[in-house]
Amino acid sequence: MSDQVTLQNASKTLNKSKEKVSIRGLNFYYGQNRALKDVSLGLYEGEVTAFIGPSGCGKSTLLRILNRMYDLYPGQRAEGEVLLDGENVLSKDLDLNLLRSRVGMVFQKPTPFPMSIYDNIAFGIRLYEKLPKSEMDGRVETALKRSAIWNEVKDKLQASGLSLSGGQQQRLCIARTVAIKPEVILFDEPCSALDPISTAKIEELIDELGGDYTIAIVTHNMQQAARVSRYTAFMYLGEMVEFNETNDIFTSPRDKRTQDYVTGRFG
Amino acid sequence: MANPFYSGRRRRNGVWTVLCYSATIFGLAWLALILGALLWKGVEGLSLDVFTKSTAPPGVVGGLLNSIVGSLIQAGIGLAIGAPLGILAGTYLAEYGGGSRLATVVRFINDILLSAPSIVVGLFIYELLVVPVGHFSALAGGVALAVIGAPIMVRTTEDMLNLVPNQLREAASALGMPRSLVIRHIAYKAVRSGLVTGVLLAIARMTGETAPLIFTALGNSLFTLNPTGPMSSLPLIIYEFARSPYAEQQKLAWSGALLLTFAVLALSVSARALSAQAQQR
Repeated sequence: MSDQVTLQNASKTLNKSKEKVSIRGLNFYYGQNRALKDVSLGLYEGEVTAFIGPSGCGKSTLLRILNRMYDLYPGQRAEGEVLLDGENVLSKDLDLNLLRSRVGMVFQKPTPFPMSIYDNIAFGIRLYEKLPKSEMDGRVETALKRSAIWNEVKDKLQASGLSLSGGQQQRLCIARTVAIKPEVILFDEPCSALDPISTAKIEELIDELGGDYTIAIVTHNMQQAARVSRYTAFMYLGEMVEFNETNDIFTSPRDKRTQDYVTGRFG
Repeated sequence: MANPFYSGRRRRNGVWTVLCYSATIFGLAWLALILGALLWKGVEGLSLDVFTKSTAPPGVVGGLLNSIVGSLIQAGIGLAIGAPLGILAGTYLAEYGGGSRLATVVRFINDILLSAPSIVVGLFIYELLVVPVGHFSALAGGVALAVIGAPIMVRTTEDMLNLVPNQLREAASALGMPRSLVIRHIAYKAVRSGLVTGVLLAIARMTGETAPLIFTALGNSLFTLNPTGPMSSLPLIIYEFARSPYAEQQKLAWSGALLLTFAVLALSVSARALSAQAQQR
């Protein structure tokens, strides 16, 4: 806790906080096509980092490397180093399922499972822990409360997850991710399919979750990046152009391309 | 308004609409005639005896009990063998095979099987399971039906699983769910009614088949539950009794046809209702 306080009061140098995820010299290929070029940056523990940039710049690609989502598709490969607490995520020997229990992900479109609200949460927990019913009930409740959706669903936990509205479904997905106690949560444009009110709720939630979790969020919406993140990375054509505190990126960008993008001159 | 080009187009439109309706009515009329004749002739022969007595020689009051039970048993055997095969193969094609060479070959062979003449299937099983054993059996009939039914289930299973959005699979994998669990608990669940539809359609097809049973189950005028011996079934008894010179047997053939048609119709209708329900979600 004291670490964070010092960080918030500290100067704008980046290196005060601990890097939870360190990305070093990362290249990514879709077949022959090189989508990331020598990307390096760190995600700081308990902070929200936003990835911004025009479509196709590689920000989602970068996010999907952090939990090895790309492994589902043959022909995609990553080179370089991604360290999670010093352990290389790209290593072949790594247990993918354990990695994904530590690095959760929330997607662009809400994707509730075709089962009850309760089971949507419990299913993930059951993958890792065998809990008696009462304890499971508690875990489900905690996760739903943590994701600010408990009050809306507490009377219909047995209803289908698909019966909820889009915004509620997305919060259910966040609850499902939080329930298995990850250390890092990746958000891939989590609000792009939602209305403004639901968006505000999700942003508020991300803000609250930061601190407890290390968060990376991909967004097309620069205001959103400014609102929720402490650090921002601007990417362009597969390159990491600039990485700095969000405030600096938006007020005093060092690179011309960053400046053009955040002032709306392209993208 | 008086544009001659436009009024010409309107006239052509009218002509084609009338033609389309006529063709539809022409087709449906035959279906209505068939169903009407079935009802007319079939109901006449329906009685409790049909369901409680087995087929009998001319002059003795008989029923269709042995054929109805035989049809159920053989469709059951066909389903027990065909459904796991069909669903597993369909799952392979959709979830693992993708565009690989093996998957392409399997898909191609399955398409051939889908349209293979059923008499050829019967002949094949005859060579495989009847000739070496030395006698006809319900088991051989069931296997022949499995060969007819499995390709249908392969196709519907693959088609249904392809409807599952990839995002759902990604979301499940992102929780650290192993692939097998993603398929069983997420993908199957998402298209459950579609999978059931495929199975129902396969059952409908299997219960209606005659040709594959002629060489395999042969038919049996006695009631039997023994799957290793010859067994009767509705299509076979219809085939046999429809050619019979005796009025009672002809009546029973009509009743059997009625039962069979409505059983298949009921299966198809419930399959459609289920898949409509699946589309809505």
